[in-house]
Amino acid sequence: MTFFSPGDLFLILPELLVIAAACVVLILDPVMPSNLKDGLAWLSLGTLAVCMGLIASQMGYPASAFGGVVAIDAYACFWKLLLCFVAGLTVLLSYSYLKEERLYFGEYYAFVLLALCGMMVMVSATELLAIYLGTELMSLSLYVMAGLKRSEPRSLEASAKYFVLGAFSSGILLYGISLLYGATGSTRLPAIADAVAGRSLDDPLLLFATILLAVGFAFKLAVVPFHMWTPDVYQGAPTSVTAFMAVASKAASFGAFLRVFAEGLGGLKTDWSTIFLVLCVATLVLGNVVALVQTNVKRMLAYSSIAHAGYALIGVVATGRLGGSADSAHGIASVLLYLALYTFMTFGAFAIVAMLRKGSIEGEEIEDFTGLARRQPVAALLMLVFMVSLAGIPPTAGFIGKFYVFMSAVEADMTWLAVLALIFAAVSAYYYLRLVLVMYMREPDAITADSPRLVLSPTLSIVLACAIAGVVIFGIYPDPLIQLAAQATLPLK
Amino acid sequence: MTTSWPWLTVLVFLPLAGALVLYLAKETGARLITLVVTVADLLISIPLWWWFDPSSSHMQFVETAAWISSPKIQYKLGLDGISLPLILMTTALMPLCVLISWRSIETGVRNFMAMLLIMEGAMIGVFAALDFVLFYVFWEAMLIPMYLLIGMWGGPNRLYAAVKFFLYTLAGSVLLLVAILVLYFQGGHTFDIQELAQGTYSHTMQMWVFLAFFAAFAVKVPMFPFHTWLPDAHVEAPTAGSVILASVLLKMGTYGFLRFSLPMLPEASQAFTPLMVVLSIVAIVYGAYMALAQTDLKKLIAYSSVSHMGFVTLGLFMFNIQGIEGAVMQMVNHGITTGGLFLCVGVIYERTHSRQIADNVGLTKPMPRFATCLVIFALSSLGLPGTNSFVGEFMVLAGTFLMNKPAAALASLGIILAAAYMLWMVQRVAFGVPSQALLPKLQDLTPREMAILAPLVVLVFLIGLFPNPLLTRMHASVGKVIARTAPPAPAPATATQQPEPLIQPVEREASALVIMPHPEKREPSSFTGVTLDTAEVRAP
Repeated sequence: MTFFSPGDLFLILPELLVIAAACVVLILDPVMPSNLKDGLAWLSLGTLAVCMGLIASQMGYPASAFGGVVAIDAYACFWKLLLCFVAGLTVLLSYSYLKEERLYFGEYYAFVLLALCGMMVMVSATELLAIYLGTELMSLSLYVMAGLKRSEPRSLEASAKYFVLGAFSSGILLYGISLLYGATGSTRLPAIADAVAGRSLDDPLLLFATILLAVGFAFKLAVVPFHMWTPDVYQGAPTSVTAFMAVASKAASFGAFLRVFAEGLGGLKTDWSTIFLVLCVATLVLGNVVALVQTNVKRMLAYSSIAHAGYALIGVVATGRLGGSADSAHGIASVLLYLALYTFMTFGAFAIVAMLRKGSIEGEEIEDFTGLARRQPVAALLMLVFMVSLAGIPPTAGFIGKFYVFMSAVEADMTWLAVLALIFAAVSAYYYLRLVLVMYMREPDAITADSPRLVLSPTLSIVLACAIAGVVIFGIYPDPLIQLAAQATLPLK
Repeated sequence: MTTSWPWLTVLVFLPLAGALVLYLAKETGARLITLVVTVADLLISIPLWWWFDPSSSHMQFVETAAWISSPKIQYKLGLDGISLPLILMTTALMPLCVLISWRSIETGVRNFMAMLLIMEGAMIGVFAALDFVLFYVFWEAMLIPMYLLIGMWGGPNRLYAAVKFFLYTLAGSVLLLVAILVLYFQGGHTFDIQELAQGTYSHTMQMWVFLAFFAAFAVKVPMFPFHTWLPDAHVEAPTAGSVILASVLLKMGTYGFLRFSLPMLPEASQAFTPLMVVLSIVAIVYGAYMALAQTDLKKLIAYSSVSHMGFVTLGLFMFNIQGIEGAVMQMVNHGITTGGLFLCVGVIYERTHSRQIADNVGLTKPMPRFATCLVIFALSSLGLPGTNSFVGEFMVLAGTFLMNKPAAALASLGIILAAAYMLWMVQRVAFGVPSQALLPKLQDLTPREMAILAPLVVLVFLIGLFPNPLLTRMHASVGKVIARTAPPAPAPATATQQPEPLIQPVEREASALVIMPHPEKREPSSFTGVTLDTAEVRAP
């Protein structure tokens, strides 16, 4: 088995391009005259567009590189497309956001690209250490990005907290990897799959390895009870970074997590599904209930993103319960679909929060949305649609996502889980709708210079247009995305 | 009858397209555009009445298109004798809702009208959907516009009412989604409503699914004890919102029972009949009793709705032709009568800005035309023979009498109490001495308001005197439901005999006026006691 051939470099061209662009941004930033620095954002965007084209062209041609360490299959391509898309939106949003916050660092775009590269490695690697490396590259970039608002203690606190807990969880993940290596003699997922076939979690080594891996990923996915860092980090970080974390980092973690558990530990499906069932129920209950009492929009959305990880986990649990049957792919497909749809609505909501200004500072309290419908009807309508979609009410993307995860739960004979999740979906409607209530049904006080308003800019408009198009189009006609998600799950067996 | 033109799609999407047009046009034209769109929708729906083939129990005007490939979810619309009258009622009421809001809505006219149009599209969609997922999408899509209608243009306590309405109905309908999914996996992997209605399901599963359906539909109806959102929502909603709520939204609950619970879950429906009967009777009596105590006109009508909808659920769970046809009749009639009453309250409110009975006394002198309409609707609401509600309530009671005499006796109490609260309300509002301070405000109906109330007054008498065209269109479809629900043998056979002489006088007049496209096809089916003699009356 050869570990390297020049052709492999061609296969990972998207990753290489992203890294190259990150380096170029880092190098050019100090030497460029400041009036040209906008060009760095456009450079990043251009790279992402090229990458998406390349990835789309790889879609139909599965390959593996570096002796099977990296897989270029439909599954990886699905996530990579999604991640590049989110990174593109992040660059666009940040372009307006950083200007508004007077927060300019050339490294910012470089960190977005580096984090993206880490995520792309995570979802395409079929070897545990490569996945770990990807995770670290992503996390390290995000730690820095979370603390970019250097003048604000909250941002620094977020960064420090994220770093400590992130490092801790990485340690646990690594420990799990090493135990799994001990139990199976390999760090490659196919080899692990062969080794665990026919075994169960009665084997203590395998049990501990699985639990540690589960906990490590649970930290990254922000699943209860490993979610403690999320609200503080999401609230403290610059909002454009929060959006990136809430969407891209979650998607990438799910991508790696599903590959490890469905492909590598697929033989233990029924065993590990119990672990995730507990996490799933705890996440649904706690995420939704705690979100009820938040007064800060960013915090509310943080808890909402925790809750949404819970909904996605339903698909994971269902996959486990369906075991080796041909239908078990439905569970994974529903997770992929859920996260893809979640991307549009969550990013859209964060984009609006990011650009809502109260005087010169960010308006991030729920009260700050008071009367937005009267002053800026279009912005309020967009936020309304995002909230309705997050609550899972048709005909929006959120409903389609929920429909499919619940369907996989019922298919796996876990109707009670679907009932429980739906009841908490109804609970969630309360806090999403509260924002609608504030926007539409409360009269604004006298309009002054300090009244909150949405700062519109061309790049923000593009972000919002993409998000709303996704929410509405996939809410009404989701078929293409459903097919894509079904196709993407095929390589996982 | 099939037509090549997709009429139902047009009916559903014309209002939605109209809502888009509103935002392209000037705000000042919003009222007119909406009126034109709703009238156009009405005009499109009217021919369906004649094109509909009453002899067939099949879905008609069926349209099918692929929507989602895996699992197979179709865009499928169609009509039968149960949904046809409800759709016509919806399209008929919407222009009136636009007209009543013409002056009373001053802020955000464009948004308001857009909400009305979205509601219209979704409501027609609910009644026409033949795919369960499609049904659910329309069913839920209605929540947000209604929430905004109440919350943005409602009364002083509108926020509370809007949130309560939203959470109640959402909490009820989430279980519906699970039930739909369970049916999918048990019923041969299909979401097609007609296919699901032919499946056989295990007893245990039927019981659970019935409960889930019940949660969704009983909240919507609303059945006792899930009715508490209704008075709040009705009172706080703007007039058009109250009309839509009372006339159409409540019917979606009973429509759900009739379309899904009965044919899909016949065993469970039978098993839960005692519960449904008890809850219906409690609703009838309790609603009426509460209505007696109200001092707010809208609240009085809201509680009377609880009572009247109790008749509908009672009729549905009698599983005989009188009960179910009476229930469908009552659904349409309640839509017309209660819609009319809410419109009347809207008219007064525009003048006196109060809905309290005490603030609106003695309106006959200053507003004779208005008082006439109010009295007509009130008499219709209490079921005076000759008005529409009499037919429905009478048939429900006749059907109940055949199955369960004590229940019929108790339900009759509702009619007596209805007479009490309605007449008492009329006595105070129409007769009495108006306060001098109010007199200058009390102008009689304007031509616009006449145009709103007159069509409903006509319908009250038209259906009251000539119910047969409506009943004929239901027979086949209701027969199909009954064949599915009830054991074939004795119940329908005895049913044919009894009510015949009682309804006959109405029949004779009916046959003279009715336009029937296929008189030769209208064979009286075995349990159509109500129409037996029409043919011979026509003959001479």
